[in-house]
Amino acid sequence: MSTATDQPTPESGGLAPDTVVVPTKRSGSRKLPIILGVLAVGLAIVLLTAGRSGDTTFRLATDTDFAGLPDIVVPSAATAWLMIVVCLALTAEAVRRMLAHVAQPMWIPVGFAAAWMVGFLSWAAADGRILVVSLLGGAIALAVPLVFGALGGVLGERAGVVNIAIDGQLLLGAFAAAITASLTGSPWAGLVAAGLAGALVALVLGLFAITYFVDQVIVGVVLNVLVVGLTNFMFRQVLTPNAASLNSPDRFPRVPIPVLGEIPLVGPIFFRQTAVVYVLYVIVALVAWALYRTRWGLRVRAVGEHPKAADTVGIKVNRTRYRTILLAGAIAGLGGAYFSLVSVAGFNREMTGGAGYIALAAVIFGKWDPIRATLAALLFGFASNLQGVLSVLGSPVPSQFMLMLPYVITIFAVAGLVGRSRPPAADGVPYKQQ
Amino acid sequence: MSDADKPRPDEKPVDAGDTVTEERPQDAETTDDSRSRSLLREIASGNALAGVLAVVLAVLVGSVMIAATDETVRETAGYVTARPSDFFNAVWEAVSGAYNAMFRGAIFNNLVDDPARQWRPLTETLKYAGPLILGGLGVGIAFRAAMFNIGGRGQMIIGGGAAAWVGFRFEGLPTIIHLPLAIVVGMVFGALWGGIAGLLKARTGAHEVIVTIMLNYVGYYLVFWALTKDWLLATPGSVNPKSPPMQESAILPRVLGDQFNLHLGFVLALVAVGVVWWVINRSTLGYRIRAVGENPHAARASGINVGWIYTVVMLIAGALLGLAGVNQVLGTVTSGVSTDIDAGIGFDAITVALLGRSRPLGILAAGLLFGAFKAGGFTMQAQENISVDLVLVVQSLIVLFLAAPPLVRAIFRLPAQEAK
Repeated sequence: MSTATDQPTPESGGLAPDTVVVPTKRSGSRKLPIILGVLAVGLAIVLLTAGRSGDTTFRLATDTDFAGLPDIVVPSAATAWLMIVVCLALTAEAVRRMLAHVAQPMWIPVGFAAAWMVGFLSWAAADGRILVVSLLGGAIALAVPLVFGALGGVLGERAGVVNIAIDGQLLLGAFAAAITASLTGSPWAGLVAAGLAGALVALVLGLFAITYFVDQVIVGVVLNVLVVGLTNFMFRQVLTPNAASLNSPDRFPRVPIPVLGEIPLVGPIFFRQTAVVYVLYVIVALVAWALYRTRWGLRVRAVGEHPKAADTVGIKVNRTRYRTILLAGAIAGLGGAYFSLVSVAGFNREMTGGAGYIALAAVIFGKWDPIRATLAALLFGFASNLQGVLSVLGSPVPSQFMLMLPYVITIFAVAGLVGRSRPPAADGVPYKQQ
Repeated sequence: MSDADKPRPDEKPVDAGDTVTEERPQDAETTDDSRSRSLLREIASGNALAGVLAVVLAVLVGSVMIAATDETVRETAGYVTARPSDFFNAVWEAVSGAYNAMFRGAIFNNLVDDPARQWRPLTETLKYAGPLILGGLGVGIAFRAAMFNIGGRGQMIIGGGAAAWVGFRFEGLPTIIHLPLAIVVGMVFGALWGGIAGLLKARTGAHEVIVTIMLNYVGYYLVFWALTKDWLLATPGSVNPKSPPMQESAILPRVLGDQFNLHLGFVLALVAVGVVWWVINRSTLGYRIRAVGENPHAARASGINVGWIYTVVMLIAGALLGLAGVNQVLGTVTSGVSTDIDAGIGFDAITVALLGRSRPLGILAAGLLFGAFKAGGFTMQAQENISVDLVLVVQSLIVLFLAAPPLVRAIFRLPAQEAK
C-alpha cells in the first residue's frame, strides 16, 4: 500500500491558485451581464463619437467558387446600431437570468460576440470590403499551431504535469520537420519528425518533473531556453551553410476536399486548407473523445486530480503521466511543423514567436478542456488575423493593441473576471510514492 | 549546545533553490540535519559538488556540440579509423580554440600588449554582469517568497522604456538631477509592472507565472506602440521603431575612464546586492518574505498579511528588473530604446537566480559567471565563428543539471545522499 505527498504546497510551483490568499467570491453570474453591458455601451460610444457613414461590403464568396454567394452590402452606421440593439437584447437576457439565478447558457456570450463583431466590422470597414472567407479562413490558419500547442498543454495538465515547454516543443518540432522534410523530400516525414521532436522535449520534461521531482514550471521555462539556444546554434552552424540540402523542404500543398470544399462559405473556410489542418481536425476530435469517453481518459484525469486515489485503485500514476505527456508533446510538436512546412518553407531562428505561450494562454482560457481550449486558440488566431485585416483597412485601433488582446484576455481569465478558471487539482504537483 | 550548533535566524529560511533542487525539508529529520550540516559534508555529498559537476557536465555537452558542428572534425571523422590522430587533433583544435576565445573575450586577452587592452575583456564581463545580477536579484527575491517571476522581460522593457522617455525628453537638466530621475522613473515603472502580478495574486489568487508571462507580451506591445507615437518614444520623422538617443546628462558615467565601457550600472548592481542581502536577511520585511515563502499558512496564522507580502515582493522584484532595464538603456545601449532592449536578460535572470540559489551573494557569483559567458561568447562568435547561442545552451544545461542533483550523481556514479 503506498501513500503519497500530494498536498498542493504553494512552494511546489503548481499552477493551482493559492487557496490561502484567495477570497473566493461566488459572483461569476454577475460578471457576464456587466461585461456584456460594458462592451455594448462601449461600442455605442465609439459610434457616437466617431460615427462613419457609407456602406460596408461583406464578401462571402471567393473567386474560385462555382456557385458563389452574392456580396452583402449594408449601410455601415445602421448595421452597427442594429447590432448594438441585438447586443443589448442579449445583455438584457443575461441580466434576467442573473436575477432569476438561472445558469447562463453558452449561446449568450457566443451570440453577443458574433453580433458585436459584425457591428464593429461594419463600422471599422465603412466604405470598404470585408473578405469574410479570408478573415475566418486566415484565422484558422493562424490558429493551427496554437490549437496543437493548446491540446498538448491540456493533455499534460490534465495528467498533472504543467507544460510550460509548449513553445520548446513547437520550436523543436519546426526544426526537426524542416530538416527531415528536406532530407527525405516528403513533408509527411517532416510531420512525423516534428511529433517525435515534441515528444523528445516532453521526455526530458518528464525525466526532470516526474522522476526527479524538479519544479515543473522551472523545467519548462529552462527547456524553452534550451531549445531556443539549441536550434539557434544548429541553425547558424549547420543549417545556414547547408541550406540547400538541410533547410529547403517542400511545403504542404493546399488540398481542397472534393465535396465539402464546395459548400458556400463553410467550404472555403474549413475545407480548402492544408493536410496539417485536416490532421488537426481529427486530433481535436480524438482528444476530446478520448479524454472524456474512454477508460484511458478517465485514468489521465484521475491522475491529474487526485493521484493518491488513483494510485490506491491500482493506476500507475507516474507511468500514466509519462505516457500522457509524451503524447501531449507529440501533438504540440506536430504544431511546430506548421511553421516550417506550411506557413513558410524552412526553419528560421525562434520562428514560433512565442506561440507556445499563447497556446498556454488558450489552455487556461479554455479551462483545461480540449474543445474550449481549441475555441480559445481559434479566438486568439482570429484576433491576430483581424489585426492584419484592420491594418489594411486603416482602422483607428492600433495594431499593437489587437495583438495584445489574447494576453490581456488571459490575465482577466486567471484573475477570475471572465468566469473562474480552475486547473486540475494536482496540476504541477509531483507524485512521490512512499 | 555550542554557538555553531544554534540555529541562527538567517540560516533557517526558505531557499527557493532548495525547492528547485531537492526534496524540500518537510519532515523533522531533514530540518535537524540542515542545522548540523557541516561544510565538509556539504562539499563531500552536498550541492556544492553537484553544482561544480553540473557546470562541468554542461561545458562537456557544449564541447561535444562545438566538435560535432566543426568542419574539420567532420572531414577527419570520415577517415577516423585510418588516422584517428587527425580526428582527435581536430576535436582538440575546435574545442580549445572556442574556449580560448571565450577566455580572451571574458577575462584576459593575451594576444595584445597594452595592459589596458589586455584587461578590457574583464571590464566587458562586468558590464554584461550588471543587468544579469540585477535581474537575478529580481527573480531571486520573488523565489524567496515562493513566487516565480517570469516577467523579467516585460518589467525590463517597461522600466527601460520609461527611463528612456525621461532620458531623452528632458533637455538641459544637470546630470545630478537628470540621471537619478531617469533611474527612479525606470524603477518605478518596472515596479508597477511587476506589482500587477503580485496584486492579482494577492487579491484573486491568479497565478503569478501566467500573469507575468502574459505581461511580458503586453509590455512588449505597449512599448512597441509607444515607439510609434511621437509624444512617447518615437523618433520624429523616422519609421524605425527606435527612440532618439539619450541626453548626455542621463547617461550612466563610465567608471574606469573612457577606454573601458564599464559604466556605473555595475556599481548600482553591487549596491543592489548589498541592499537586497540586508532586506532579506536583516529586516523585518525580509523575515516576513521568507516566512511566506516557507509556509504561507503558518505565516498567515502568525499575523503576517500574506497578500501584502506578495504585492511588496513583486514591487521590489519589478523595481530591480526595471533597474536592469535602466542599466541597458542608460548605460549599455544609449543610442535609443527599442523592443529588444532586454536582450534576453529577462530570461537569463531566471537561470542566474536558480544558479545563485536565490541568495544575493550566490546571484552575484552566478551573474559574474554568465556575464563572462556572454562577453566570451561574442568573442567566440567573432573569432572562431561559433554561434554565441552555444552560451544559451550551456547556461540552461547548467541549471537543468543543477536542478536535479540525483541525476548528476547518477551520471558520475556518486553515492546517493542517504543521510539527507
